[in-house]
Amino acid sequence: MEMCTPFLLTDLDGEDQHFPGERPALLCFVKEDCPTCREVMPLLAALQAKLAATMDLRIIGQTREGNHTLAQTHGVSVLDDSALKVAFAYSVETVPTVYVTDAQGRLQSTLVGFVRDEWLELVRELLGEAACEALLDWSKLPAWRPGCGSLSVDPAHAERLQAEAENSPLRARRIEVASQDDEFEFMFDQGFSDGLPLVPPTPERVLRMLAGTARDAQDVIAVMPPNMAEVTVEKIAVNAVMAGCRPEYLPVVIAAVEAVCTDEFNVHGMMATTMGASPVMVVNGPIRERLGMNMKLGALGQGNRANATMGRALRLVIRNMGGAKPGGTERSTLGNPMKFTMCFAEWEERSPWSALHVERGFQPEDSVVSIFTMTSGPTLIVDQDSRSASQLAGSFGMSLESAFHPKAHFATEVLLVICPEHVDTLTRDGFDKADIRARIQEVTARPIRDLVADERSAVGFKQAQAQQMDEAALSRLLPKFKNDEDIHIVVAGSDAGKFSGAFHGWATGEIGSMPVSKKIEEV
Amino acid sequence: MTTILDPTDERVPVHRELTPRPVEITGKVALLDISKPRGSVLLDRLEARLAERMPGVLLQRYKKPTFAKPAPEPLRQEILRDNDFVIEALAD
Repeated sequence: MEMCTPFLLTDLDGEDQHFPGERPALLCFVKEDCPTCREVMPLLAALQAKLAATMDLRIIGQTREGNHTLAQTHGVSVLDDSALKVAFAYSVETVPTVYVTDAQGRLQSTLVGFVRDEWLELVRELLGEAACEALLDWSKLPAWRPGCGSLSVDPAHAERLQAEAENSPLRARRIEVASQDDEFEFMFDQGFSDGLPLVPPTPERVLRMLAGTARDAQDVIAVMPPNMAEVTVEKIAVNAVMAGCRPEYLPVVIAAVEAVCTDEFNVHGMMATTMGASPVMVVNGPIRERLGMNMKLGALGQGNRANATMGRALRLVIRNMGGAKPGGTERSTLGNPMKFTMCFAEWEERSPWSALHVERGFQPEDSVVSIFTMTSGPTLIVDQDSRSASQLAGSFGMSLESAFHPKAHFATEVLLVICPEHVDTLTRDGFDKADIRARIQEVTARPIRDLVADERSAVGFKQAQAQQMDEAALSRLLPKFKNDEDIHIVVAGSDAGKFSGAFHGWATGEIGSMPVSKKIEEV
Repeated sequence: MTTILDPTDERVPVHRELTPRPVEITGKVALLDISKPRGSVLLDRLEARLAERMPGVLLQRYKKPTFAKPAPEPLRQEILRDNDFVIEALAD
C-alpha cells in the first residue's frame, strides 16, 4: 500500500499538526472559493465532529484568508497550506480531493471532486449505516459535482513550487536578496555583470529556461578554465537568464560553451591575452529561422534579441563560471565591444556557396554554432566601385592586409562577412569561395624584402634573419595568410549597400586558438 | 525578498601560501622561457649573470611551446622534478 508523504502544518491557532498522527486520517484538500468545496463543507464539518474521538479529519485549505472564512462559517479546524507545499507534494490537481489513510499513513482510498455515492459508501464504512443516514440530509447534496483546479497547479504558483520542491532539478546556491535591497544593484555589487543590467535569475526563470533543453540540469557540459569549473546545464541556464535569453536559445548557448572549452579553442588564452580577443559566434542551419536570428539588415549590430543575448550568455558563463574577469585573468590592454556580445547568423539562402557549417563538415540540415577567436571587427571594407569579381576580391585582400599589421604575414586568420551586393558582383563572374581566397592571397603577396623590419616599422622579419637570406629568398612572395583556409567566409547583411566586413583573428592554429563548430542539440 | 540562483562556480578561491623563501640559492635552477618575443634575451642575460655569481648552481633552460596556453602538464612535472628553483621570464 502506498505511503502518503508525511507533513507538518499549523492550524489556525498556530498549533503544529503532524501527519501521520497516531490514528487513521482523512486528508481533505479544499479551497474556499471553489463552489464544490463549499457544498461539501457541511458534510466535512459534521464528519470532523463525529469522528473526533477516532480519526484525524484534516481539512487542508489553500489560502490564508479563505481558511479563516471556512473555519468561521463552518466551525471547523483548518490546516493552513497557503504555501501549497503539501498540495504540491500530493500532486493534488482538483479540489476537493480526499485521501483516506490508516494510522501509519498508508493510503486506503482517494475521492476526487464530489460523487455522492462514493461519499455515502465511505461514510457508511466509517460510521455504520444508521449514523451515516443521521449525519445530514444527503438528498440536499448533489449527485455529482466536478471540483476546481488546485492552486498548486495554477501557473501562477506551479513553477515556484516545482523550484522549491525537494526533487527540484535546481541545485545552484540560492541567494536571498533582502527586500530593502535592489536586486539589480545587488547583482552589480556581486560582480555578476558585464557592466549592463542583468535579468535576476530567480528559480522560476531558471526552471523555465531549462525547459529549452532535454538535457538533465546537472549534466556537466564542460570544464572551464581558469577556475576549472564544472559547467552544468543549470549554470548555463542561470547565466542565460541573466543575459536575457529565451528558453529556446539555451541549446545554442550549451553548444557554444562546449565549443569554447576545447583545447583547440583555448578559451583561457583568448580571455587572458593582452590583445583583447573575444568569441565570435556564427549560427548556421534551420535553427536560425526558428529563433528569429538576424542575418540580414544590421546582422552584426544591435536590435535582435537572439543574436544579442546568446552571445552575451556565452560571455557571462565565461565570466561567472570560468572566472575570467577584467583585471583578474582577463588582461586585455584595450578590450573591445565584442566582449559584451558577438553572435550572428549566416544568410545561407542568399549565398551561392556552401554555408560555413557545410564547409566545416556538417550537413546542410544540421544546426551548428561555430566560434572564432577574434581581436577586432567588424572592420568595414568599403568598395562601391569595383564591377568585376577580380577587382572586388582584390579590394578584400587590400583591406585584410591590415589584420594585425600590414607587415605581419602568416600571423593570423580572418572571418570575412560578404554583403549581398558584393555576393552578386562575385557570382556574376563565377567566383566561388576558393577563387576569392586565391585572389586575396594573390593581391596580398609581398616579397619578403618588403616585410623586413626597417626604419618605418620594426614589425616583420628581423634584420638578422633577412641577412641570412640570399636574393632569391628575399624575393620570394609571401601572401598574407599561411593557409587559404585561414580566410573564413560567410554571407550576411542587407540587400542594399556595398559594404562587407571582416573580423581579424588572434594567434592562429595550435599555438593559439582554432575555430570550433558544434552541432546544436535541439529538444 | 527575492531569491536568485548563484551564477558562479560557487567555489571560494583557495588561499595559497608562498613556498618559504630559502636564504641561499643552491642546487638547480630552471629558467623558463614562455616563448614570447625577446623572453629568451632576458633569460640569456640572466643565465650569464647567475653563472658568474653562483658557479656552483646548475642552470637548466626550458621553453613552453606557446605563450598563449598554460604550460603542458609533463613540462610542469619535469621542471618540478629536476629543479629546486624556477625563474619564469615574461615577455616583449
